[in-house]
Amino acid sequence: MPIQTMKGALRVLLVAAVFFAGVWSHASGVIDEFLFYLPDVQYLMGQHLWLTAVSGGLAIAAAIPLGIVLSRPSMARIAESAMQVLNVGTTIPTLAVLALSMSFLGIGTVPAIFGLFVATLLPIARNTYAGLKGVSPALMEAAAGIGMSPTQRLFKVELPNALYVIFAGIRTALTINVGTVPLAFLIGAGGLGELIFTGIALYDTVMMLAGAIPTALLAIIVDALIATTAFLVVPRGVNPSRA
Amino acid sequence: MIQLDSLTKVFDTPKGAVVAADHIDMEVPAGEICVLLGPSGCGKTTTLKMINRIIRPTSGKVYINGEDTTGMDTQDLRRGIGYVIQQIGLFPNMTIEENITVVPRLLGWDKARYKERAREMMAMIAMEPDAFLKRYPNELSGGQQQRIGVARALAADPPVMLMDEPFGAIDPINRAVIQDEFLKMQQELKKTIMFVSHDIDEAIKMGDRIAIFREGKLVQSSTPDDLLAAPRNAFVESFLGEDRALKRLNLVKVRDVVSDDIGCVRPDDTLEAALARIDDFGYQSSILMVNDRRQPVGIITRSVARTTKGYCRDHFLGIPASVNLDDDLRKVASLMFAHDTTWLPCVDDDGRVCGQITQRSMTRHLGSRYRALEGDVSPNATALTDTTPKE
Ligand SMILES: Nc1ncnc2c1ncn2[C@@H]1O[C@H](COP(=O)(O)OP(=O)(O)O)[C@@H](O)[C@H]1O
Ligand SMILES: [Mg+2]
Repeated sequence: MPIQTMKGALRVLLVAAVFFAGVWSHASGVIDEFLFYLPDVQYLMGQHLWLTAVSGGLAIAAAIPLGIVLSRPSMARIAESAMQVLNVGTTIPTLAVLALSMSFLGIGTVPAIFGLFVATLLPIARNTYAGLKGVSPALMEAAAGIGMSPTQRLFKVELPNALYVIFAGIRTALTINVGTVPLAFLIGAGGLGELIFTGIALYDTVMMLAGAIPTALLAIIVDALIATTAFLVVPRGVNPSRA
Repeated sequence: MIQLDSLTKVFDTPKGAVVAADHIDMEVPAGEICVLLGPSGCGKTTTLKMINRIIRPTSGKVYINGEDTTGMDTQDLRRGIGYVIQQIGLFPNMTIEENITVVPRLLGWDKARYKERAREMMAMIAMEPDAFLKRYPNELSGGQQQRIGVARALAADPPVMLMDEPFGAIDPINRAVIQDEFLKMQQELKKTIMFVSHDIDEAIKMGDRIAIFREGKLVQSSTPDDLLAAPRNAFVESFLGEDRALKRLNLVKVRDVVSDDIGCVRPDDTLEAALARIDDFGYQSSILMVNDRRQPVGIITRSVARTTKGYCRDHFLGIPASVNLDDDLRKVASLMFAHDTTWLPCVDDDGRVCGQITQRSMTRHLGSRYRALEGDVSPNATALTDTTPKE
């Protein structure tokens, strides 16, 4: 109950804060300044989303099969070491990944997408692997015992039961991806980072915010979209959010 | 029919080889339940799982309905065998209907047929189809889930079923209910079932035949009654427990022991006539009084008959209890203890007296089986008393 009350109070405060921020920004003419950046924001946001979509899409397309392959019993011997490598990979800061990527592939879109791809790949592959390995042995035995082939077991039992965890991985990975794309500007790939970093360099707060706020909004929207997809796609019986 | 021919499994473990099943030879006749029984780790599960190749045998063969399964495709083999495990293993991502129809769908049944089948199976396990078919396993109680587990195994109507401690995870009350339901189903379905248990009472209740395992070896395979009457060695004897004679009470029906030679009196008889009849039949304490339709209404005690004048209808006592021909001796013994009596009248399904059962006849019946089997406990001993025809 106290938690509920606190949540309610926070919500009221938040609404009030947004309201007063609105009043203040209108009075001080900030809104007009923002509107000045609108065409830039639109163009850069398109670029931003494109970077996310390509790197994220490629990462999902590669990470899920990678997780599946590593979780097969025949791979048991190398799977754990491979996961160790992936775990170490996850701890490398994305900026460092981008820097490394640049040192191999030069500057521009390709190294940026490659760097983002690597950073996004790891959490998805890890969750896919963990999700599949987490399917209870009793379930696998039942599936085998009633005569499902290994492929049928994968698609009818393992993946549906791991789906929630896999989606959690995709959600984390893509949200981070959207938030990281601004760094891609540093190796010459554009995106909303252009406004943020230029704004910082020029001490132009409004310019910086014109990049930062849409980035934050994008992250929130992507997160919500994936959460909704998971809610709809993951079968009710294995979907904690629909229990 | 399931036949195991010298079936052996050796596990290679870091600590060396473990012989989990050592040259197991056995046979489960068609339509019977054979319970594999023994302490934990004796190789029951290993033996069972070699039949559907969840565990690959090291050597030996499995025949199902006379056919050597060695050359059969693993998936085909398994789809023809119902499989129920203790952990139930319903697929949480599938509805109850999808769970039940999973094997029919693997076998490529058309939709109308497997949907119809799901409803049939629900009726068989006494669960309301409309209430449950669209639900998910996590919305059901443990007992309901295990019923669905059984329904899933039976859905494609396999002739053979393997059940590994299927009711082990259910609370005792529900377990007894599900066991009874299952036995009732089995009477109609006549599946050939291999059933793993570590619970002697469950084995006696479910098994047409019990196979006792110890450290990977099959020690004795007999009908429950023979097993309890004549354990082959000290291990089996201690495993069955010191009250094994009492356990046999479960297995014997009143029908097997009843004596139809019972003297009765009518309400219109005089007490004098009653006393004469008590003496004629050599009864110790009392005689049964029945009405015109031979239903038991009371007893006349010897002391009353000797000391009083008059008609039986005015001087009888209530009957303590009566038993049905299909009751087991455990119930009879319990009633005798409760009512401090050495005999009870037996009634048929219409409630008419058809005989009596006495403590002496019970002890004699149980004892005679001991004597018949005593001293002859070679493998043939069980065959001699085996009444089930071989096909
Ligand atoms: N996969 C395995 N690897 C090694 N040893 C095993 C394996 N499965 C079972 N065992 C061993 O085989 C023996 C029999 O096991 P099991 O058939 O499961 O016994 P039960 O079902 O009678 O309790 C035990 O000693 C057990 O430790
Ligand atoms: Mg076991």
